[in-house]
Amino acid sequence: MSESAVLVDAAVAGQRRSRLTGNGRPLWSAAVLLAAALVAMPVIAVVVDGLGSLNSGSIPQDIGSMVLVTVLLLVGVGAGTLLIGGGLAWLVTAYDFPLRKTLSWALVLPLAMPAYILGFVFLSTFDVGGPVQAGLRAVLGPGAWLPDVRTLAGAVVVLSLTLYPYVYLLARSALVEQSATTYDAARTLGAGRARTLWRVVLPLARPSLAAALALVMMETLTDFATVQYFNVQTVSVGVYLVWKGTFDFNAATQLSVLVLLFAVAVLGGERLLRGRSRFHQKPGRGEGLQPRKLTGWTRWVASLACLGVLGLGFILPVVQLIGWAAGEALASSEPLVDPRFAEYLVNSVTVALLVAVVCAGLALVTGHAQRLGGGPVVATAAQVTTFGYAVPGAVIGIGVLIAFARVDGWLESAGVPGGTGLLVTGSVAGILVAYVVRFLAPAYQAVDASFAKISPALTSSALSLGATPRRLLARVHLPLARRGVAVALALVAIDAVKELPIVLLLRPFGFTTVSVWVYELARENFWEKAALPALGIIAVAVIPVYFLFRRSAGLQAGAVTHAR
Amino acid sequence: MRGEVVNVSTALTLSGVSRRYGAIAAATSLDLTVAPGEMLTVIGPSGCGKSTMLRMIAGLERPDSGTITIAGDVVADRRNFQEPERRRVGLVFQDHALFPNLTVAKNVAFGLNRLSLPERRKRVAEVLELVRLDHLAARYPHELSGGEQQRVAVARALAPRPAVVLLDEPFSSLDETLRGRVRADIVAVLKETGTTSLLVTHDQTEALSVGDRVVVMHDGVIEQADTPEKVFEQPATRFVASFMGDADFLPANVHNALLTCEIGVVSTVPGWANCDVDVDVVLRPHEVALAPDPGASARVVSLEYRGAFVLHYVRLASGRTLRSWQPHHVRYAPGTAVTVTVASGTSPTLLVDDRAVTEPPIGIAGHALQAPEPFPIPTSR
Repeated sequence: MSESAVLVDAAVAGQRRSRLTGNGRPLWSAAVLLAAALVAMPVIAVVVDGLGSLNSGSIPQDIGSMVLVTVLLLVGVGAGTLLIGGGLAWLVTAYDFPLRKTLSWALVLPLAMPAYILGFVFLSTFDVGGPVQAGLRAVLGPGAWLPDVRTLAGAVVVLSLTLYPYVYLLARSALVEQSATTYDAARTLGAGRARTLWRVVLPLARPSLAAALALVMMETLTDFATVQYFNVQTVSVGVYLVWKGTFDFNAATQLSVLVLLFAVAVLGGERLLRGRSRFHQKPGRGEGLQPRKLTGWTRWVASLACLGVLGLGFILPVVQLIGWAAGEALASSEPLVDPRFAEYLVNSVTVALLVAVVCAGLALVTGHAQRLGGGPVVATAAQVTTFGYAVPGAVIGIGVLIAFARVDGWLESAGVPGGTGLLVTGSVAGILVAYVVRFLAPAYQAVDASFAKISPALTSSALSLGATPRRLLARVHLPLARRGVAVALALVAIDAVKELPIVLLLRPFGFTTVSVWVYELARENFWEKAALPALGIIAVAVIPVYFLFRRSAGLQAGAVTHAR
Repeated sequence: MRGEVVNVSTALTLSGVSRRYGAIAAATSLDLTVAPGEMLTVIGPSGCGKSTMLRMIAGLERPDSGTITIAGDVVADRRNFQEPERRRVGLVFQDHALFPNLTVAKNVAFGLNRLSLPERRKRVAEVLELVRLDHLAARYPHELSGGEQQRVAVARALAPRPAVVLLDEPFSSLDETLRGRVRADIVAVLKETGTTSLLVTHDQTEALSVGDRVVVMHDGVIEQADTPEKVFEQPATRFVASFMGDADFLPANVHNALLTCEIGVVSTVPGWANCDVDVDVVLRPHEVALAPDPGASARVVSLEYRGAFVLHYVRLASGRTLRSWQPHHVRYAPGTAVTVTVASGTSPTLLVDDRAVTEPPIGIAGHALQAPEPFPIPTSR
């Protein structure tokens, strides 16, 4: 998910220095302001329209239960990820047991498992018709009471299993890097291992944990596909159902304002939890926490705990999907690949490539313009371009719809015949815009990390040698930032292929992507048919996890890599 | 300003150039004129504004006020601002700032893109030969030593024939042994080509030995811009005196052309007849002579062995400390009573209110009828 890049960036941040070179160039600065305006547009549209329609009176009736369910879901997933992610991070850092090395990175893999895929695999296994309940009924008799899995608890379990890696990664880096020297200092001052954990390590890790929780809750808030499998009605689901069911603009807008309030509350909560501590301690040198070797049966318990989570969150679902796909291939007389698959794949890939190119391009322009100076305005605008990741999908979707409707209205009143019907026919454009808003953050962070490695003196030299800003970009900045641009392209393209909520909300009739197809097949219980495309999505999604892992491994080594 | 310099065309002029960052004045009313072919060294403690001045000349920073002229063109004043790529200014940085993705030859050719291909090739070969690196043209920067990289950086800056070259602490990233040689090479190239240049440094010896003139900056102000000899021997301010080499200050008095302080009569001050003025006298360690004398009240406090000489710290009766250089074979043990005198022929700098004075201050003086003494100190402001 798009936050993988955000996570890595949290580790790199703090090494920032002033690297402005010059006084800003109006055109390049304007481009950054434009990008910022694009990102801010959906939120502004939702807020303005939402406030404007407050007294129009069409507030949905079940709003109270939606809010309650949302709160419960956020709290549940937060607690679940904290327990799983934090616990596993502590286990692999503080103890040594069989397979620890392998498990310590493999535990990140569920990041590549979209919740809407794990969700349907989970349901197929544990729901009324699934093998588990069938088996239990065979043992206990047909009338035995069995728990209903299509509940809030089921959603919490599935979301926790896919989202815990965020907590795991940040907690682990906090345990390993941030507190190494402090840990050593505490131990030399006579504090024991446990006391050091409670008094030094945890307080130091608190900001990281808060950041991770915020990421988890944002992802939870954005989702309105997975939770629908479980009949859980959050406010985001409300937006989707109201819009798709009744096309009631006002009600959808008011609900998105509510979603936005939740997002603000989550970010505010993170600030509060973080307190005044500014984290990003310098990764100091030190032994830090040394894993203690577990002996006897406890070591196998530790291995099993890790394997269990990994199995539930990644291995078993993948095995199940492979099984279905294989069964489908062997059994059915139909062609192996559904002919529509090709069409949907083309849709997915086209959208993903377009969005990736636009995002990487905007990110490059933003980094370049910032290098050319422009002062606090451009710097602020560049920060604004990264806010999209913190805006829930429902808000972006409705915001884009409102904005498009407005543009439509203006065009119509400006005398363009028939208005253009942007709202309906232009919705693929709407999907593109919404994706750019959402995925500009990881693109910018990847490109910005590359720019940070380009010495400002290089920029100054090129300018003094007579290079115009455009030549500077083509001959110096782009070649030197190419790695960041490549990472940005890959991350955004992959995120776009995986993305489901926005495309569900904005897609015009008849426009289907692979992710939508998987979701629809799964909703109709055609699990076997959904297996192959789902595996495709997972395979693609493993790539950024690999990037993430390599980059964080590089950070841990603290190696000063040569620019070339 | 030196009024009598008759409008010889100048390579670079700053007049009244100021720049603030919020509450901090990074540069205050800088005035500076650089003649074609001149090499200036710019020195001052960190944060004194020397880099800001360089960045404003290069166009990387916009001055709040004042005018900058390069080779006769106004590049920055109240109305105009020329972007760096149009200024004909060469830049050389501490970290060399070579484009890592381009070969040496392409680095040097970067600023020549307006020339035709044969012309470009010719010019690249020319400047690479100048820095004696023509054999490395096909290499990439990371395949060169630090000294070679810096020579490429200079060649690259010189290639488009800039009106002025700015070097920002170009040698400080090189290690001590390499440094002297690279410095000599590069200074020779700049002199040979008659390039107007400003070289920022934090090394006093470098500033004095390399520059035709030395610009000393402090708190965003140019304290003095003068020949190395004058900067050292006739510092314009108390700051320049203490920053450019070791200096001690003693309260003194000029009465009827006789300069007297705690250690006795220092010298005569021609032109200061008929006056009675309190000043501070600037004494450098090489000007202070010591002689053991059991009856004297001054005591040697400590010694520092500096190789060629031994620096003696001497406490005077008043408790003030003076420093004195003694030849390396002379060591007066701490506690030795010494008489302190000033080496004959010394005409030390006198300060009133932290500024050097060459004639009796108006208002206090009696009559200053004679012509000023033979060393007028031109102040740069």
